[in-house]
Amino acid sequence: MRLGFNFWLGAGLTALVVLAGILAPWIAPFDPVLDADLMNSELPPDATFWFGTDGQGRDVYTRILYGAQISLTVGVVSQLINSIIGVTLGMTAGYWGGWWDDLVNGVTNVMLAIPSLIFALAVMAVLGPGLPSLLVALGLTNWSWTCRIARSSTLSLKSLSYVQAAQTLGYGDLRIMFTQILPNIMGPILVMATLGMGSAVLSEAALSFLGLGIQPPFPSWGSMLTDARQLIQLAPWVAIFPGLAIFLSVLGFNLLGDGLRDSLDPHMRTRNP
Amino acid sequence: MTASLLEVDDLHVRFSVSGGGLLGSGRRMLHAVNGISFKLAKGECLSIVGESGCGKSTTALAILGLQEPTEGTIRYRGQPLTGTGAPGRMQRAKAVQMVFQDPYASLNPRQTVRASLAAPLRLHGITAASEIADRIEVMLGNVGLTPEQALRYPHEFSGGQRQRIGIARALILEPEIVVLDEPVSALDVSIRAQIINLLLDLQEKLGLAYLMISHDLSVVEHMSDRVLVMFFGQVVEEGGWRDIFEKPAHPYTRRLIAAIPDPYAEQNPLRQQDRLPGVPPLDGRGFASDCSTAPDVFSAPARSELVEIALGHRVRLVPAD
Amino acid sequence: MTVPLLDIRELCLGLAVGRSVVRPLLKDVSFQIMPGEAYGLVGESGSGKSVTSLAVMGLLKKPLAVSGGEILFKGENLLALPKRAMRRLRGNRIAMIFQEPMTALNPLSTIGRQIAEMFVLHQGKNWDEAQELAVEALMSVRVPNPDRRARNYPHQMSGGLRQRVMIAMALACNPDLLIADEPTTALDVTVQAEVLRLIKELCAERGTAVLFISHDLGVIASICQRVGVMYAGCLVEENETRALFTDPRHEYTRGLLGALPRFGSRSQHGRQRLVDIDSIIADRSKLVETRFIAPRCAEEGSRS
Repeated sequence: MRLGFNFWLGAGLTALVVLAGILAPWIAPFDPVLDADLMNSELPPDATFWFGTDGQGRDVYTRILYGAQISLTVGVVSQLINSIIGVTLGMTAGYWGGWWDDLVNGVTNVMLAIPSLIFALAVMAVLGPGLPSLLVALGLTNWSWTCRIARSSTLSLKSLSYVQAAQTLGYGDLRIMFTQILPNIMGPILVMATLGMGSAVLSEAALSFLGLGIQPPFPSWGSMLTDARQLIQLAPWVAIFPGLAIFLSVLGFNLLGDGLRDSLDPHMRTRNP
Repeated sequence: MTASLLEVDDLHVRFSVSGGGLLGSGRRMLHAVNGISFKLAKGECLSIVGESGCGKSTTALAILGLQEPTEGTIRYRGQPLTGTGAPGRMQRAKAVQMVFQDPYASLNPRQTVRASLAAPLRLHGITAASEIADRIEVMLGNVGLTPEQALRYPHEFSGGQRQRIGIARALILEPEIVVLDEPVSALDVSIRAQIINLLLDLQEKLGLAYLMISHDLSVVEHMSDRVLVMFFGQVVEEGGWRDIFEKPAHPYTRRLIAAIPDPYAEQNPLRQQDRLPGVPPLDGRGFASDCSTAPDVFSAPARSELVEIALGHRVRLVPAD
Repeated sequence: MTVPLLDIRELCLGLAVGRSVVRPLLKDVSFQIMPGEAYGLVGESGSGKSVTSLAVMGLLKKPLAVSGGEILFKGENLLALPKRAMRRLRGNRIAMIFQEPMTALNPLSTIGRQIAEMFVLHQGKNWDEAQELAVEALMSVRVPNPDRRARNYPHQMSGGLRQRVMIAMALACNPDLLIADEPTTALDVTVQAEVLRLIKELCAERGTAVLFISHDLGVIASICQRVGVMYAGCLVEENETRALFTDPRHEYTRGLLGALPRFGSRSQHGRQRLVDIDSIIADRSKLVETRFIAPRCAEEGSRS
């Protein structure tokens, strides 16, 4: 497979976020929550506090490293939930058709008509703030595109003769979906999931910014932005660095997704033994 | 005459299609297959020929259980394959298998040859690794592939080799009947001969019965024992291959034969229209139509019947009133 | 001695990266088509028969590029022609019909308008005149009810009718050369026979030369006077149609003909095993080393 510059840039940025999240306890110079020191508040970046400190004197660099854990968890878990819901509904709808297809299509269209952030807000309002409900809210809101793609790919695969061959060999419907269809629609689904991770990170930031996501004092990039709101004139670094982190990670996920899409395009594929 | 393996009796398939109105109003019934009956004996090759839309593929799908017939019965060794007592996919799989037209669409690109041959065996209760390996090796040998090739993926094979893999997959469960859906029409000329030879060898070696769907009359003439000629859902003529190709009676059969593109037409007595034997006396009955125009597919066809004009050679005629 | 209408001389082309050809697809292909002659190119997939026709039409897309040779049309080298001049030739002096007429027709425009456009574009007619000529063109390809059909859209027609429309469009400006690339492959047998007869009769009537490309030896035989057999980018054999089929000289042609189930042969001789081309050709790579090009006799070019 030939992978372009964009893919490698995306992969690099994503790897940076993953490493930051995993290694945070070892490489972070301070504790993200406990090392609050009002004497050191709102210090500009220097040799000790690389990204400066926030209103409560906590190290912004440390909090961004720990924030990567939240962002990654949110991105990966919510997209996992999205993909499972989307693929299950889309694949069965495409394969079985009939009333089930009509129903799934109807629900998908309704979901697409509701702005996903509003829907997530509603879910959060019911479940209350916090990481688990954030994951559920984001996991339940973004599956409609995945579902559509899974359905249309299944429809086109269903007419191929190897799926018919599996039927004549006695395979059951579920076995056909798992062995014949799923492996062949994974490409676009994976791309959708990677692109979705970017938007999930953004949604988490937005919900946390609105005070519904990760609760203080625990750091997430979104809640850090919320805290920075009052300080933006005084100490712009408190807002700039979390913003940059969000920007770079979303960019990374998107480039990775685009690169994957290009490399999974059969016209770009050379022999892979 | 040996007992028939497969008996199709008065098979009808109708599809409901949207008439185009809003909200799906004005749905109409499309008559795809209108009362097909035939028997297939062990070791025999029966071909269904006709042009697109004649219902030959629908008939094949009904036999494979991929299309529910609207009316009629299909029996395998006397046991019904249709209706309420019909067996599931598992039992049917050991009776009828299919070789598909397009070798590029008929293999799962994510499965190695070995995986696509081993999975059906495991599904049907053969779990011992050594037995699976043996059977795959024997089957690959049967279709002219080597055991080393079993570890490769479909995209590493040429069209002809893929078709061999497709044949191996159809035969791995040892069915008695194989439906061949245009088995060589997507292949290059030189590869066609190899696949045709292979299919004929396997038929003899394994005692297979073939039901071949084809529009290529040269291939049909070469391979078939008996031939059904279909036109818009009905059989217009049926008989042994000699009856159909040497003494075609129905105008549609004659037109099909006349249309074969054939570099040796001038040397071929069968191609000289004036030298074709005259149509035998039909006792005042006439052909329902000469099939030069397409009939209305949304209504049942006019009353007509298959009349035996020689032993085993039947032609569709309008009954004398 | 007649001057050939199309004279392809040692044409080489291939997949190119930058200026250098990395994979040759055609190697020194030469053949001539006389005015009014129907010439067939037959070969299996990947033999290079279709790229040859694209090169003549000047429709090669990157990364395909011509790396040598000449394509002389009425003595003018098409490869050296500026794009504008080439565009004026296409559709006017050289026309083409394709395998899938649906993709070659504009789905949003009536077929009458699409045919009329040819007259407007190449002959400078006004639209009213062109519409009438379009109906006449439909009549000439024996489309029933031509004035009603002219108002139809492509999707309202069967595959056979669409291919007739394509032929009407291609022949609208009385081209000197018609290139037909597998024009009947997607059609039913009886429709194929009608379309072939139509092409044959119309081109004979108007003196249009035909370059007919097909994988089907039977189709080629029924329409062409002279046939070239292509294999792996080379023209390995060329001869008069009847001579080629009755007395094939090249090993590959012999293999190809033997591999064909011959209609009627079972009736006469019983079922005989088809020739496995690999069993008579020991080394495929040696196939292109020998060529058999039968010389044209003096009478050629004028249709009898």
